[in-house]
Amino acid sequence: MSNCQEKQKCESQQGFPETLFRELDAFIETLPTKEGHLITVLHKAQSLFGYLPEEIQQYVADALNLPVVQVYGVISFYTFFTQIPKGKNPIAVCMGTACFVKGANKVVDALKQQLQVEIGEVTPDGVFSIDCLRCVGACALAPVVMVGEKVYANVTADQVKDIIADFS
Amino acid sequence: MVDKNQLRIATRNTGFIDPESVESYIAVGGYQALGKCLAEMKPADVIDLMKNSGLRGRGGAGFPTGVKWGFAAKYASDTKYVVCNADEGDPGAFMDRAVLEGDPHNVLEAMAIGGYAIGGNKGTIYIRAEYPLAIARLKLAIQQAKDMGLLGDNIMGTDFSFDIELKYGAGAFVCGEETALIASMEGNRGEPYTKPPFPAEAGYWDKPTIVNNVETLANIPAIIMKGADWFSGIGTETSKGTKVFCICGKINNVGLIEVPMGTSLKTVIYDVGGGIPDGKEFKAVQTGGPSGGALTYKDLDAPIDYENLVARQSMMGSGGMIVMDEDDCMVAVAKFFLDFTMDETCGKCTPCRIGSKRIYEILDKITIGQGTEADLEKLRSLSHNIKDTALCGLGQTMPNPVLSTMRVFEDEYRAHVIDKKCPAGVCADLLEFTVVEEKCVGCTLCARVCPVNCISGKPKEVHVIDQAACIKCGACLDKCKFDAIIKQ
Ligand SMILES: Cc1cc2nc3c(=O)[nH]c(=O)nc-3n(C[C@H](O)[C@H](O)[C@H](O)COP(=O)(O)O)c2cc1C
Ligand code: SF4
Ligand code: SF4
Ligand code: SF4
Ligand code: FES
Repeated sequence: MSNCQEKQKCESQQGFPETLFRELDAFIETLPTKEGHLITVLHKAQSLFGYLPEEIQQYVADALNLPVVQVYGVISFYTFFTQIPKGKNPIAVCMGTACFVKGANKVVDALKQQLQVEIGEVTPDGVFSIDCLRCVGACALAPVVMVGEKVYANVTADQVKDIIADFS
Repeated sequence: MVDKNQLRIATRNTGFIDPESVESYIAVGGYQALGKCLAEMKPADVIDLMKNSGLRGRGGAGFPTGVKWGFAAKYASDTKYVVCNADEGDPGAFMDRAVLEGDPHNVLEAMAIGGYAIGGNKGTIYIRAEYPLAIARLKLAIQQAKDMGLLGDNIMGTDFSFDIELKYGAGAFVCGEETALIASMEGNRGEPYTKPPFPAEAGYWDKPTIVNNVETLANIPAIIMKGADWFSGIGTETSKGTKVFCICGKINNVGLIEVPMGTSLKTVIYDVGGGIPDGKEFKAVQTGGPSGGALTYKDLDAPIDYENLVARQSMMGSGGMIVMDEDDCMVAVAKFFLDFTMDETCGKCTPCRIGSKRIYEILDKITIGQGTEADLEKLRSLSHNIKDTALCGLGQTMPNPVLSTMRVFEDEYRAHVIDKKCPAGVCADLLEFTVVEEKCVGCTLCARVCPVNCISGKPKEVHVIDQAACIKCGACLDKCKFDAIIKQ
């Protein structure tokens, strides 16, 4: 039973489309139990909504009969979950050891300079965001940078301009 | 990378079979080990066989697998769990990903064998969300195995039933620690708790639970089929079988290797790994990831096994091997690892939460040229205190990268604090990039690659670097064809 239907009202503060909430409800229905599946549900919610603002945290809490502090506690614990939207082209730099040894920190510095934002931030126009990841399992290609789904291997600081140009 | 130094057991099928086809796995003898257990062996026989094989956990701690299974078998319970730890937290390693993507049925089969041995019928794979392909292949493999009656109810017509579900990590290194992993699987913050009780007694949902690493599991079907004697015939006195390593960093042949325990570091780096690129000198190799330590030229002849690495202030870890050359600064490397643990500490206990920050601050001070000799002493005593008092393995091992690098590279630390120099030329605040007037031909290449546009000069004229704006990325140095840029 969807708690949104119970409430008879689905005005999303952030303007998220109703269909996304329905899809989340349907996903929760398929789970064998609600117990112990908070993280599973949050993964689904983030893939649907892109991020997990307060509104979504409250929604998930209601759907799983959990206090919202517990939902918030879990979201803030795990780096995979984000409470702010990412840029249209989220840039993720691997900062695992293999990438670090191959100079990933120089790539990060160059990116920050070029885009004038810090790690974890979004450019004012919303086009790019920079995040650091812990090893994407492609260490043989170090340093690795991902922009959305696109993977750049063996990246050097001076290639940063070109990478950004690919998406501008 | 196939050569005489390698021996593939855990990775025997990866790259050779079609991971999306159960038939392909069966064609190489897949699920025969499970069949053999169900048809010919009692659970206690399976546990004895595992004990006799000498297999030890590949997730880091090296606990004997058969013994762990024996504990879980001992506790009576209506439900027991087999958990596969596929969190692969070591940043810079992908052994488990390779096995899961290349040979998923192998892991499923081993989990079912574990379930049979301990008297459990539920399995859970805790896998990091960063591995979408491995997740997709596991889901497919579970479905295929169920369709063929190799998983699910009454496997192969016996009264043994075993089911496997997936749970996803969400980017927290500490969740690789087994008690944190269990908390995370239950949907909570992944904070470790004190043992005992060990998971074998009260784990997932407080039921007896065995947690095993992917690579540990991947060895098991082969051990069942070929026998304990075969397996224990490989390796050293205390460490049997093989180990998969992921060699990365400054090495010619990057990638995965599997070698018998007892292989020397020299063989791994020079024969299998092909040595250091660009004629540079080997400096150190970090094993055990953020929990491990640096091995150096002094350790090249040491046979790699659990005890030998610990004796050298490092540890086996899960198999990451990051090779570093003369251009790597060990203080910066230690700082990198502490930055990692400072970020990843769960915050539950004070020595780790605050200690990691304090160590990081001291290292940071040293790398920007503000360290003192007293700081070196402070680093040492703080490290020992944290090791003795932290609650879980993360905190207890967190100072290892500092202690091991200080042990061997004390000179390098001293150069930072006394001479305010970084001998490897890494710590930016102790460096300056300058153009040598006599050599610069004014080709403008450096100015074009500088990411912050801080190099000025007209074509055919000597170029100048604006020191205030330079971020010391080194791009100009790499690009100048006339050796006109120097770093000191
Ligand atoms: C901080 C920390 C991180 C760990 N990360 C992992 C990991 O990513 N994968 C893993 O298999 N074991 C990891 N372990 C070890 C597990 O706690 C546990 O010992 C292991 O999964 C047991 O399996 P095994 O006996 O087959 O090695 C970690 C331990 C600690 C303290
Ligand atoms: S040692 Fe660190 S990671 Fe482990 S429980 Fe304490 S704070 Fe958490
Ligand atoms: S690349 Fe070298 S030679 Fe060319 S302008 Fe720069 S410093 Fe001078
Ligand atoms: S080191 Fe990097 S930032 Fe400094 S001048 Fe050279 S290219 Fe520019
Ligand atoms: S360390 Fe960057 S991909 Fe593994």
